[in-house]
Amino acid sequence: MPETILELQNLKTHFPIYKGVLLRREIGKVKAVDGVSLKIKQGEVLGLVGESGCGKSTLARTVMQLVHTTEGTVELEGRNLTTSSPSEMLEIRRDLQMIFQDPYASLNPRSTVFATLAEPLLVHKVCTKKEVHARVGELMETVGLAPRFMQKYPHEFSGGQRQRIAIARALALRPKVVLADEPVSALDVSIQAQILNLLAELVKKMGLSLIFIAHDLSVVKHISDRVAVMYLGKIVELGTAEQVIENPVHPYTKALVSAIPTANPDEERDRQRIVLPGDPPSPINPPSGCSFHPRCPHATDQCSITVPVLETFAEREVSCIRKAEI
Amino acid sequence: MSLLSVQDLRTYFHTRNGIYRAVDGVSFELNAGETLGIVGESGSGKSVTCYSLMGLIPSPPGRIESGKAMFDGVDLLNCTPKQARSIRGKRINMIFQDPMTSLNPYMRISDQLIEPLMIHEDITKADALKQALEMLDAVGINDASSRIHYYPHEFSGGMRQRVMIAMALITKPELLIADEPTTALDVTVQAQILELIKKMQKEIGMGVIFITHDLGVVSGLCDRVQVMYGGRIVETADTRSLFYEPKHPYTRALQKSIPSMQPKGTELYTIEGLPPDLSKPLPGCSFAPRCEFANEGCTSDRKPELQDVNETHRQSCLRVQSGEL
Repeated sequence: MPETILELQNLKTHFPIYKGVLLRREIGKVKAVDGVSLKIKQGEVLGLVGESGCGKSTLARTVMQLVHTTEGTVELEGRNLTTSSPSEMLEIRRDLQMIFQDPYASLNPRSTVFATLAEPLLVHKVCTKKEVHARVGELMETVGLAPRFMQKYPHEFSGGQRQRIAIARALALRPKVVLADEPVSALDVSIQAQILNLLAELVKKMGLSLIFIAHDLSVVKHISDRVAVMYLGKIVELGTAEQVIENPVHPYTKALVSAIPTANPDEERDRQRIVLPGDPPSPINPPSGCSFHPRCPHATDQCSITVPVLETFAEREVSCIRKAEI
Repeated sequence: MSLLSVQDLRTYFHTRNGIYRAVDGVSFELNAGETLGIVGESGSGKSVTCYSLMGLIPSPPGRIESGKAMFDGVDLLNCTPKQARSIRGKRINMIFQDPMTSLNPYMRISDQLIEPLMIHEDITKADALKQALEMLDAVGINDASSRIHYYPHEFSGGMRQRVMIAMALITKPELLIADEPTTALDVTVQAQILELIKKMQKEIGMGVIFITHDLGVVSGLCDRVQVMYGGRIVETADTRSLFYEPKHPYTRALQKSIPSMQPKGTELYTIEGLPPDLSKPLPGCSFAPRCEFANEGCTSDRKPELQDVNETHRQSCLRVQSGEL
């Protein structure tokens, strides 16, 4: 049984909203992440899905400690990240790396591939200056880039190749956990498949734990062992990829699954789609009770009063008070 | 009787680094009330095709080298500016990919919505506003009467795309060109917008050209699909045959690389290499360098042409045409 490597407990990230210049006062909070608890095992791929604005990227940034935590803890192998000092954080970042969504914006346009990949190696003193060249070459080969491109700049590469560079940078320090924030949504279908294969292969080969954030459920289902569905800063359903996506329980997951267009015209024509009305509500003033109730087709009066909690149901965890009825 | 007939359209961009053959000999027809999907990766020429029809190619560097696009007896590519103005924005309208940038942030929604009506129709502002309100209601914006005077930044992405659609449909066009209208939106909002386009098409009875890179979106919406690669159409068929009996190796490869079409845990099928650099002339088939079935014949001087598979299905692979595949 592989052990838990990363544990989030009741994690909250709230951004205060201020008004006024002289009499500056707080007038509210954006509750981007609002009480998330998760455990990730070694070698596991956890998919995190949800609409834009549901807090999935903020969750990743909170885990990385790129934004300040309001409440709760992030523990990596027993070390609490939220109370770590900057020097401790430097150590921890070796084991915890991130891949960003936009490979056009996440690479320094003035650094060559060599400079980009050598920087983490030298900062963390993983190898001497003499060895760096060879290590960077190895890294580039791991992600399927020819080492002879080492002295090129990011603009000379295509989107898929840039994402490979970003992946190489994240893997340079042999991390234990990698967070990938929508790594393929900016890429074309044929390139997307290449990057997904690469990630799956690296997870297997290096025994990585991967948190894979995406809004495309078919991509998430393909790569993940477990899937967590987020809505307005909270996890509403969590279970194995097959259970959650093929047989969803929470009404929001159901709607998400039914909204994916399939490349199958006959199925598509006969399909009854659950079209959710409206947009996700604002996380500044989330609705009372279950935050999904204003858009939920199964909502009752009780849903606007009781705040549902994640409970085990049908071999997964769901937060819906009507889960047994619907 | 076809609504739009495009013949041998070629749009090149003359840049310092050479001539980019963005669209290189595209011909297709669209019937009234029909939905045509154009699918391809970025850089395949699907957007440039439609921009050429709308006269939106920046010139220089772009130039329409040859071709005809007949719409109701008028050649859209060679007509007087006056003729073009009477058609564009009234009888042919377009929705763009990014609703965040395609509305004017300094203008109220109401002013933007009635602009096409004020220009193209002899109508008072009060009547135009009334029609704009009805249109906003039709595209599903709640509380339209107060929201019509908002500015674009007060709307969410999905709502802005609804406003764009309302703006495009307010003149009851005969042809709507939608350039990746749902790519920037969430899946749940995408589902709303696709339903909306279907519904409005039924009501107005217009022809739709739907550009996308997502084969899944096409399958539920379009009557006919054409697949573009390297500035040319490589396969065109009715939706069912394209999905169930694809002929061209590129179409097959594209379908195979969709994650949902493959069993979990297996390695995804990938198309090796990168899309072609359109500034360098490629002999023969532009897909040949990435094609697993290519042989010497594919890279000879002969450009593959579309040939009939059956009445509704045409494709341009030389090896399929000769019966080898």
